[in-house]
Amino acid sequence: MSAGRPPSLLGATWVLVRKDLLLEWRTRARANALVFFALATLLLFSFALGPDTTILRRAAGGTLWLAILLASVLALGESFRVEQENAALDGLRLAPADARALFLAKSLANALLLMLLGAVILPVLAALAGVTLVQGPGPMAVVLVLGALAIAGPGTLYAAISSQARARDVLLPLLLFPLLIPALVAAAKATSLVFEGDPMLQFQSWLGLLAGFDLVYWSLGFVLFPRVLED
Amino acid sequence: MNLAQEGETRQEGLPVARALPLSNVSNALECIDVSKRYGQRWALARLSFVLPAGASLLLTGHNGSGKTTLLRLLATLLRPTTGQLVLFGQNGVAQRATLRPRIALLGHTSFLYEDLTARENCVLLARLLGRPASEVDGLLDRAGLAQRADQTVRTFSAGMKKRLAIAGLLLKQPSLALLDEPFAALDPAGIAEMEQHIRSLSRAGTTVVLATHQVEHGQTLCTERLHLSAGRATQA
Repeated sequence: MSAGRPPSLLGATWVLVRKDLLLEWRTRARANALVFFALATLLLFSFALGPDTTILRRAAGGTLWLAILLASVLALGESFRVEQENAALDGLRLAPADARALFLAKSLANALLLMLLGAVILPVLAALAGVTLVQGPGPMAVVLVLGALAIAGPGTLYAAISSQARARDVLLPLLLFPLLIPALVAAAKATSLVFEGDPMLQFQSWLGLLAGFDLVYWSLGFVLFPRVLED
Repeated sequence: MNLAQEGETRQEGLPVARALPLSNVSNALECIDVSKRYGQRWALARLSFVLPAGASLLLTGHNGSGKTTLLRLLATLLRPTTGQLVLFGQNGVAQRATLRPRIALLGHTSFLYEDLTARENCVLLARLLGRPASEVDGLLDRAGLAQRADQTVRTFSAGMKKRLAIAGLLLKQPSLALLDEPFAALDPAGIAEMEQHIRSLSRAGTTVVLATHQVEHGQTLCTERLHLSAGRATQA
């Protein structure tokens, strides 16, 4: 057998993303549960807001992102439960896999899952609230991508921290939700502008805030994740 | 293996200090006054020993004596609370990233993904090591898993998981192999194969640390012995 040359950071990230997506595909029951949870959340919000379609339409952006955010807690927690079964994460550490590649891979896989979730529940929201994509599907896709990245980056970091705690299910939302308020506001506002039109040209500003949030928290996660994993 | 002499000092509830061996690059392991504490309990207490490269060490002791903690420290998965670990002349904490490719641990847990197949688990490791995936089939065959290579690990018995973990260890070709109860869950044929694998590793110059309650198996495989009792090195 020949001595190998370990993959680069991006190479290792790609290997680990494929592993995470394959695991997600193998255990589709988890993804199904996520979709049903998000759909149930949408329905509950709709019932709570009442039958007035004007109110439903105005709240549609916030409703979409609250459903994704609440479902993300399940997805993020589950993504580290898989690593703890048989101490697989220790196996990766010892392999060795670069901790930064682990962060990038886990965050990307979580972001992809949330993007897909958003794409699946969006038509249901459109039917419930009577909204249409006034600005077209392109801007909505950009908001979904940036919003999912905003939840997945810090969410993965905090899921790694809380996975080692006894009260992990409580700790993750307690840590994550306050942090995500700016991203949630930006994503909800940008989504509302996609639904209702953008006469004041505010859409780019909200996207800019979302992109800035992503940049800051993905950079922090990239730098801090090795410490979380090893210390 | 050189077990350092006991000194006289005692402080902060720790056992007596041991004289420190000089650092020597030909040693695979230098465990210098190493202690590990979980909460209020000292799992290891001021343990000092050296193990030359290529030697094989049998680690014995009752449940809770600190064997698994010592192996996880040597694997660089844990940090010592006090003391210093030197592996192949390098600091076991500060230089763990460069050391890890040379270390393999066969632990109580298999480090496997239950929802991946045996082949997928090995290919994942091969890719992270930068090895061609084509090496995997031969290793699965050596581990006796060729017929089950495409079945998910969730369907495997404990013994089969152990065999798959061994395939991963062999794929890594480590300089230091840490084996924690390697015979557990194996049938007699599996135990014989495991002994063969350990002998092969030793012949290839791999430093082996073997923790087991099955002392009779271990003694035929190892040249050195360290007995732990309540986290301290003692006479067996």
